[in-house]
Amino acid sequence: MNNIARLGLGLLLSSSLATAHAEDVKIGMITTLSGGGSHLGVDVRDGFMLAMEQAGRDDIEVLIQDDARRPDLARTLSNEFMQRDEVDIMTGIIWSNLAMAVVPAAVRQGTFYLSPNAGPSDLAGRMCHENYFNVAYQNDNLHGAMGAYMREQGYENPIIMAPNYPAGTDALAGFKHLFEGEVVDELYTQIGQTDYAAEIAQIRDSDADSLFFFLPGGMGISFMKQWDNSGVDMPVFGAAFSFDEILIKAVGSASIGAMNTSLWAYDLDNEANHAFVEGFQSAYERMPTLYAAQGYDTANLILSALEKAHPSDKDAFREALREADFDSVRGEFRFGPNHHPIQDIYVREVVEGDDGEPTNRLVGVAVEDIQDVYHTQCEM
Amino acid sequence: MSVTLLIEQLINGLQLGTMLFLMASGLTLVFGVMGLINLAHGSFYMVGAYATAVVSAASGSFLLGLAAGVIAAAATGALVELIVIRRLYHRPHLDQVLATFALILIFSEGTRWLFGSSPLWLNPPEWLNGFATLPGGARYPIYRLVIIGVGIAVAIALYVVISRTRLGMRIRAGESDREMIGALGVNIAKLYTLVFAMGAALAGLAGAMVGALQSVQVGMGEPVLILAFVVIVIGGIGSIKGALFGAILVGVVDTLGRVYLPALFNNFMPASEATAIGAALAAMLIYILMAVILAFKPKGLFAAHD
Repeated sequence: MNNIARLGLGLLLSSSLATAHAEDVKIGMITTLSGGGSHLGVDVRDGFMLAMEQAGRDDIEVLIQDDARRPDLARTLSNEFMQRDEVDIMTGIIWSNLAMAVVPAAVRQGTFYLSPNAGPSDLAGRMCHENYFNVAYQNDNLHGAMGAYMREQGYENPIIMAPNYPAGTDALAGFKHLFEGEVVDELYTQIGQTDYAAEIAQIRDSDADSLFFFLPGGMGISFMKQWDNSGVDMPVFGAAFSFDEILIKAVGSASIGAMNTSLWAYDLDNEANHAFVEGFQSAYERMPTLYAAQGYDTANLILSALEKAHPSDKDAFREALREADFDSVRGEFRFGPNHHPIQDIYVREVVEGDDGEPTNRLVGVAVEDIQDVYHTQCEM
Repeated sequence: MSVTLLIEQLINGLQLGTMLFLMASGLTLVFGVMGLINLAHGSFYMVGAYATAVVSAASGSFLLGLAAGVIAAAATGALVELIVIRRLYHRPHLDQVLATFALILIFSEGTRWLFGSSPLWLNPPEWLNGFATLPGGARYPIYRLVIIGVGIAVAIALYVVISRTRLGMRIRAGESDREMIGALGVNIAKLYTLVFAMGAALAGLAGAMVGALQSVQVGMGEPVLILAFVVIVIGGIGSIKGALFGAILVGVVDTLGRVYLPALFNNFMPASEATAIGAALAAMLIYILMAVILAFKPKGLFAAHD
């Protein structure tokens, strides 16, 4: 039985080698296009496809599939991409738990994977791989940068809050790592919680001078509305995940004044970013989010590497990716030894835009050249 | 941990409790009178919130939206009873659970299809945006106090309807003996539709009021539904009084647990572990409460059928 399976695997591998020498390049994108949090996947896809269109190459085929935020489905789709469609490169996954289900197996089988969003610590550290590149961030980056920024701004007693699940505890750990001071209290909420009256009362009762929170998606909307209604007067800080252009429009004026860290802002002044923001607005008639910027950068990184080598020449293509020889919309961009970005993290403030709707405005740089702490565990 | 904080958290617990009561009373009525387990009750909560959000946005009046939310939920409830639920009364509970679970999926996907997956915009009206000062000096949002007031008013109204009116008499009769009341010539089909629509209207009211505090989105009803089931199991299935006491008990225990358990563990273990263990235990607390109550009172605190 085992031998038959091996024979089958061998045949599959040899057939994929035979076709991989064709000139065309196939990219498989698995992302979240339906259900909760689908606006992240939609923006990654739209940013990615915008870059592809701007490049105008007809020898690249992009296959797109919806994972509906389900790890098992993502795994099935990735197997289909690798075995049936024989893609050269995969990308697109938004959530860390889905990335952990797909990426290790994919890169082991020789497919290149470029992450446009998820950056779990394992893939940056002990499970790093030469065929895996993260073009977005390591999950801790934005939280850590906010810790550094708040310390620099002179805040001494923040109270910090996140849902009680791995990404939440990681977020608070990342914050404390660079804040380097004492926090007044750590509040852990339930995942999917919708009422924050108890937490808000605790925050009011504490002698904290500021609040840092990580509540992605709908949790952040509920919290910000109730926070605004509670009349507590305390500066609010977070990561861009709670303050993307779509979420702050749903929260409305309650989000105005909040500071958040991001690896990108639409008003960053560089040529690549102007081309991106204008192109995105005319193509899709809405403001891009950071997820769209990440998708756009991922596509441009692939395009820059394809100028130098075809993915079938794995060593040459990998080397071309590693050079990161493209104009990133976030300014300077380079890879660390674990193929994760070393980049500047910016601070944005939510302000009232010209149309009266809340929007993000660039304030400055929180941390220059931030690098994740896990690269020392990576043996490539 | 000051007294002010304790008072504020007690009121928070009371507010959560009254909101749960609105959900649980409909659920327990439907179970008590018709013997039906209705998982789709959370969908009426969602329908109420969506209708309120849409009508408030179009008309600019929160009250108009609230009325629309309650009516829409009641109408949806009546329609669902006529089309689907009616066929389930004589089926085993497993069939009821299966069919009403299918209704959840239909309502969720239907709402997503109509309104998209992004949350809708709904805020409390301007004239309820102020604060009241609590004893001890803390400021408390008036809107949350109004929710408590509405919950108490509904509880009193339900009590009057059930104990003083002909409809209430029939509901009570239906609870004690379903066959007999039909034999006595009461139009049982109409009574069932009415009770079901009434339960849906209360769920819609809860959804509309809470939707303004939180976010109006697909799937918002299911977490509340789970708590509402805990409430009616604790209170005794079929008992309105049980639903009221159960709801307030669950609301207060859940709120105080979330605040004071981490603090309690802080006294004898390192802070980071205390918050993690305390938060985890707080999440389980109401289920532990339910298990303890069921161990001593297997039919709940105020069982309707003893």
